[in-house]
Amino acid sequence: MSEGVKKFLYVNRKAPHGTIYALEALEVVLIGAAFEQDVELAFLDDGVFQLVKGWDTSDLGSKNFAPTYMALGDFEVTKVFVEKESLDERGLTADDLMELMYEDEDDDWAEKPSIRIVSREEMARIMAANDVILSF
Amino acid sequence: MAMLHTVNKSPYEKSALESCLNHVSEGDTVLLIEDGVYAVVKGGRAANALASVKGVKIAALEADLKARGIGGDKIADGVEVVDYGGFVDLVEANDKTEAWL
Repeated sequence: MSEGVKKFLYVNRKAPHGTIYALEALEVVLIGAAFEQDVELAFLDDGVFQLVKGWDTSDLGSKNFAPTYMALGDFEVTKVFVEKESLDERGLTADDLMELMYEDEDDDWAEKPSIRIVSREEMARIMAANDVILSF
Repeated sequence: MAMLHTVNKSPYEKSALESCLNHVSEGDTVLLIEDGVYAVVKGGRAANALASVKGVKIAALEADLKARGIGGDKIADGVEVVDYGGFVDLVEANDKTEAWL
């Protein structure tokens, strides 16, 4: 890691539409990525609902920001951790989630999945390993 | 005196649904709206809680389900999906409405 680069973890614990947290988190993540910080995303508790594929807010009249998650890989946000226990409790599996991909520059730009399903224990270690944690 | 109960909070973050289910009477209807619709995801802890309540109709608002990617076989059995017109019909069909916020 070069001088001045910190590891940022964005912790997402809210469902996408009931509050403004999810949309605001995305905005901040993209800004952080633009400043070339090392960015990781964590989704746990109701935050896992943000990544459920196929959501369409056209009948609500609110912004459909699902495509922004798909663009995270283009902003070099490649580490998206999703807590398994939170999925299980909510009747969700990895198959219910959006297929977030990134191109790995160290591997001839091969397309790889960004989402990694981790246990609660692993999530705790990820939180402990970051320099700055921003909560949404 | 049948009642309509609306719940608009996620059952995994707030106790609104739990408290609602603790206070419903036979013949009542529980309508899940906004983040309340997360309760119907099949296999979830909240869907199991809904299934354990007998004699109460469970409904969920279609636009809110659609906005959250919940459809088809992801919706627990026994849940009636209603549109905005159906919401109005439920209000009209019941003597009063109680909102669980």
